[in-house]
Amino acid sequence: METFFHSVALEKEKCIGCTTCIKRCPTEAIRVRNGKAQISAQRCIDCGECIRVCTKGAKRAHSTRLSALDNWEYKVAIPAPALFGQFNHLDNIDIVLNGLKKMGFDEVYEVSRGAEVVTDVTKRLLAENKLKLPVISSACPAVVRLIRQRFPSLIDNVLPIKAPMEVTARMAKTEVSEKLGVPAKKVGVFFITPCPAKVTDFAAPIGSARSWVDGAISIAKIYPKLSEAMDKEVDIDHLEKIAKSGMVGVRWATSGGESKGAVEDRYLAADGIENVINVLEQLEDERIQDIDFVELNACNGGCVGGVLCVENPYIAKARIQRLNKFLPASQNHYEHSMNQMINWTKALEYTPVMKLSEDLEEAVSMMSEIEELRTRLPGIDCGSCGSPTCKAFAEDVVKGKVNESDCIFILKNKVKKAAKALSQLGVEDDSN
Amino acid sequence: MAGLRLTYDIPSADDDFTRAGEASGSVKKKLRQIGYNPEAIRKVSIAMYEGEINVAIHAGGGEAIVEISSDAVTMKLIDHGPGIADVEKAMQEGWSTAPEAVRNLGFGAGMGLPNMKKYTDSMDIETEVGKGTTITMVVKA
Repeated sequence: METFFHSVALEKEKCIGCTTCIKRCPTEAIRVRNGKAQISAQRCIDCGECIRVCTKGAKRAHSTRLSALDNWEYKVAIPAPALFGQFNHLDNIDIVLNGLKKMGFDEVYEVSRGAEVVTDVTKRLLAENKLKLPVISSACPAVVRLIRQRFPSLIDNVLPIKAPMEVTARMAKTEVSEKLGVPAKKVGVFFITPCPAKVTDFAAPIGSARSWVDGAISIAKIYPKLSEAMDKEVDIDHLEKIAKSGMVGVRWATSGGESKGAVEDRYLAADGIENVINVLEQLEDERIQDIDFVELNACNGGCVGGVLCVENPYIAKARIQRLNKFLPASQNHYEHSMNQMINWTKALEYTPVMKLSEDLEEAVSMMSEIEELRTRLPGIDCGSCGSPTCKAFAEDVVKGKVNESDCIFILKNKVKKAAKALSQLGVEDDSN
Repeated sequence: MAGLRLTYDIPSADDDFTRAGEASGSVKKKLRQIGYNPEAIRKVSIAMYEGEINVAIHAGGGEAIVEISSDAVTMKLIDHGPGIADVEKAMQEGWSTAPEAVRNLGFGAGMGLPNMKKYTDSMDIETEVGKGTTITMVVKA
């Protein structure tokens, strides 16, 4: 799959060409051109911020349809722990897991299982001093994509371990095919996802050549049917015991959850894309000290803040907290035999998508032009030109993508000058 | 050679310490867009941030002039503060005249000037007590 595949996409007919999304995109990946938003495939990190803010519902995340299950002989659901924060009064995750089975999945593996393995291996690698400090979590794909395009000097700090989704998918596929005695290719593994970045991550994975996930179904899409299938009144003793993960894995759903399992106190957990960018900038400049582990989540509150969740992130967070007291500590551990399954097989590579030109000299002179143009722009970042800021507009002009007179202030001045010239023509005529 | 010249006001820490670091942050973003090599960007960013903080804390603010060419980045930090009485001492790691309040924020560890020297290819200090200081640093591309 290509490097710049994306889950986030535009529904053109719904877009009215307003400036909401261009202003909120953290990588300045969106422009309004000819009255419609356009997303730059190179710059988009699939954080989902534009989906969240669009008032017209014109942005959506491609995710797998439920009907895709029919293509597989054996279907396995691997739900993100964030799913457990979507339901009120939940004190046993088996209620949710049994609900998924009732919906038509043959087996269910919580992603919190893989999360516990990742936690365990992180702890070990830290203890063995095998990682460059501070270690930056690789679990949030939007963050990893951001680092790849903007923070090259931090690439070596990123934990070279696959994310829990990927680890769990491989665990599930292998175990199910062994248990049922069927070839792995007949077993379809479906991630129940809180965010579009994870959809992208299985279609165009980072850290490995291919993904073991066969589809990603949005939590929002599955929610109504799942709620219906969940038997909340049932006597817990009559439920099939499916859950095989504990608090350590489940709390990965919320910001700080991953860190708590991996390090005692020398960690920093930041959530929300603006906070994440700020922390990365400071890390790059070596301004953060006494920290061994950095957990970064693009969404507010962590994965529970994913744009494909249905519940408010902080309400979901409170529920996960409550749920934790009913859970065992950790149920899954790292073993040496798992190395092939969990280690990155492909290194993270710097993709400098912000670069003005391949030629340094040319880039410097383009930057001079940009700075010169900026002095003539109003600097109010109105967005009418379709670029998010006056600075971004100046870049777009110098790159030759738009014209200076696409700025309504520059246009207005030009019109004024022309009108003045015309009226003076009239004056001269009168005097004759 | 066509160069790029950028100027920034550095506000005094007493007036607005929330803005400290804006100039180095801006230069870093521009260098990234220009496509400078990541290691050089990091050096510029660290050295200039240190310099900027020094100007804000010790000199009541000042000015930064940054010249970028395809060969090097030249950063000039100009202030009209108290000047540095003993440059040699100021260059020693751990030596600081920063007030307690500033140290509490994690600054004033006496690493400012030494770090600026460490992360640049050349550093020149012109200073006169009572008149001010101009520091010129160069990082090669």
